[in-house]
Amino acid sequence: MSADVSAPSGQVPDAAGHFGRFGGRFVPEALVAALDELDAAYRKAMTDESFLAEFDALLRDYAGTPSLLYPAHRFSAKAGARILLKREDLNHTGAHKVRNVLGQALLTRRMGKKRVIAETGAGQHGVATATAAALFDLECVVYMGEVDTERQALNVARMRMLGATVIPVTTGSRTLKDAMNEAMRDWVANVDDTHYLIGTAAGPHPFPEMVRDFVRGIGEEARQQCLDLTGALPDAVAACVGGGSNALGIFHAFVPDTGVRLYGFEAGGEGVETGRHAASITGGTSGVLHGTRTYVLQNADGQTIESHSISAGLDYPGVGPEHAWLHDSGRATYLPVTDAEAMAAFELLCRTEGIIPAIESSHALAGALTIAPRLAEELGREPVIVVNLSGRGDKDVHTAGEYFGILDKEQ
Amino acid sequence: MSRIGVAFDKARADGRAVLVGCMPAGFPTVEGSIAAMTAMVEAGVDVIEVEIPYSDPVMDGPVIQRASDIALAGGVRTADTLRIVEAVAATGAQVVTMTYWNPIEQYGVDTFARDLAAAGGTGLITPDLIPEEAGEWLAASDTHGLDRTFLVSPSSTDARLKMTVEHCRGFVYATAIMGVTGARAQTSQAAPVLVSRVREVTDLPVGVGLGVGTGAQAATVAGYADGVIVGSALIRCLLEASDQAAGLAALRALSADLAEGVRNPAR
Repeated sequence: MSADVSAPSGQVPDAAGHFGRFGGRFVPEALVAALDELDAAYRKAMTDESFLAEFDALLRDYAGTPSLLYPAHRFSAKAGARILLKREDLNHTGAHKVRNVLGQALLTRRMGKKRVIAETGAGQHGVATATAAALFDLECVVYMGEVDTERQALNVARMRMLGATVIPVTTGSRTLKDAMNEAMRDWVANVDDTHYLIGTAAGPHPFPEMVRDFVRGIGEEARQQCLDLTGALPDAVAACVGGGSNALGIFHAFVPDTGVRLYGFEAGGEGVETGRHAASITGGTSGVLHGTRTYVLQNADGQTIESHSISAGLDYPGVGPEHAWLHDSGRATYLPVTDAEAMAAFELLCRTEGIIPAIESSHALAGALTIAPRLAEELGREPVIVVNLSGRGDKDVHTAGEYFGILDKEQ
Repeated sequence: MSRIGVAFDKARADGRAVLVGCMPAGFPTVEGSIAAMTAMVEAGVDVIEVEIPYSDPVMDGPVIQRASDIALAGGVRTADTLRIVEAVAATGAQVVTMTYWNPIEQYGVDTFARDLAAAGGTGLITPDLIPEEAGEWLAASDTHGLDRTFLVSPSSTDARLKMTVEHCRGFVYATAIMGVTGARAQTSQAAPVLVSRVREVTDLPVGVGLGVGTGAQAATVAGYADGVIVGSALIRCLLEASDQAAGLAALRALSADLAEGVRNPAR
């Protein structure tokens, strides 16, 4: 299924990467040649049988996909809906992100580049990139906000064990957006031998489209698995949205299925009304950030506002341009989930299913709990909801332990 | 002919290059930046490049980042930038604005162009806007008679170089090195090559920026370019000074050194 990335991916984006009024390329001229080179390599690879076969083999034999679609019976009983969990948390490195990094690492090798750089928030993309770099024998430098290196110290150690250099970023808010700024600056200076392995479906064209294509196997698998399991398509698909790669990955195959509702759950932090959140679509406005036009958290002068979320992986003041477009077109619905709601869902999944989810993915679980009764009422029956369990929660044990106040008892 | 073009023509007739000095608006304060820019003009800087501070300046190195952070922390607004442009233009210097794209998009592209022209600004340098995405700005700059300076890079293909300079008016900004802003010990070997590539496709004056910090380097660049663009080295005069008077004195001294450099091109 994952080899199916060669299939046509629809009418958008246009050749310059515009999803309606969003997307495009807002970058220094110095990067345009590299983006053109990447775009050409990506399009060639998508129609190259040997590339697709190699990518498919890596996904199957190394990453462990297709991931399971698991009917979470006890969680379903609490939700009042039949919840099917797409178990991306079981992939190698513990999240959906391995799909993207394997695709981009293969492209890096094809372009003859020897060095990859990446930005990371929670550290999941950094770990995935360091993993692929080890596997492909590439030099790897990961930029990570200093604040995040402190709250995700375990992932910093993992990256270093895998041979990567982790550079704490001390500028600006010292989180994901600043790590992305530093990675862009590195790329401008080293573009000849370096590929910037962006971790989400954002950034300048062709990244949003390319990253989506590398992760869209999630939805292709889930769609078939749901048909096999239930004999029908789901009523809804739910995913968390930071930059939005896991959500696009699971949405994409369902976009033509207009009877399937698509829900993206943004990080509502302490509540969108408090201003302390990371819900770019719900609480932001159209602007340009990190090379693309999309929804951005910004003030009236266009200065980026710091985002807030208990989840480092969702703590980003922008969102992939395809989500902005899916929102404007009405095909997908984006709703905020607060830190408290996400942590309640986190705890519920732990206790009902024996699965510790990533706090990112807990936003999707919480969202499913919110929409389940509405859907049940609308449909007059128990709804079927596929939830993308995009990552596992091992990295979040410290944050969750502090949140629930259980660390003292444990120690 | 644009007003910047006149300044370049005059310098060319005098056998020298134009000196362009960059300073973030509102650094260290709105009044402080007007004082700094005025001091630069008095010491021989021909064109003041007023940079609109931005929260995520991906083309800028640590010095401009720090200055921008100070300006933003001080609460500078885009409208303050226009006030600064107006004050500096009143000294008789040419004033061009350098800005990342999002602040302009939020102000309103046509509205900003109108207000910049009214303030006496000559045009915009746009480090993260390429002509393909610039439709609204191309129209607004035509309407309000402003110059458009897009960047060209050593990595630009011949086709892109030609396309980009065709959309420029006033002057072309050649980025001397592959990298972000910041003074470097040596000037770039790539810059003269890039300048000659630009000259093959346009008669517009070419300014070279990124990495110039001394009068000697300015003289070297003036040997092959029409304009020498200096930012970080000037800003550092203020960042590293113990007080405002010392900062302005250092700024005047470096500006004079650079002005001397562009008047003695190394040929």
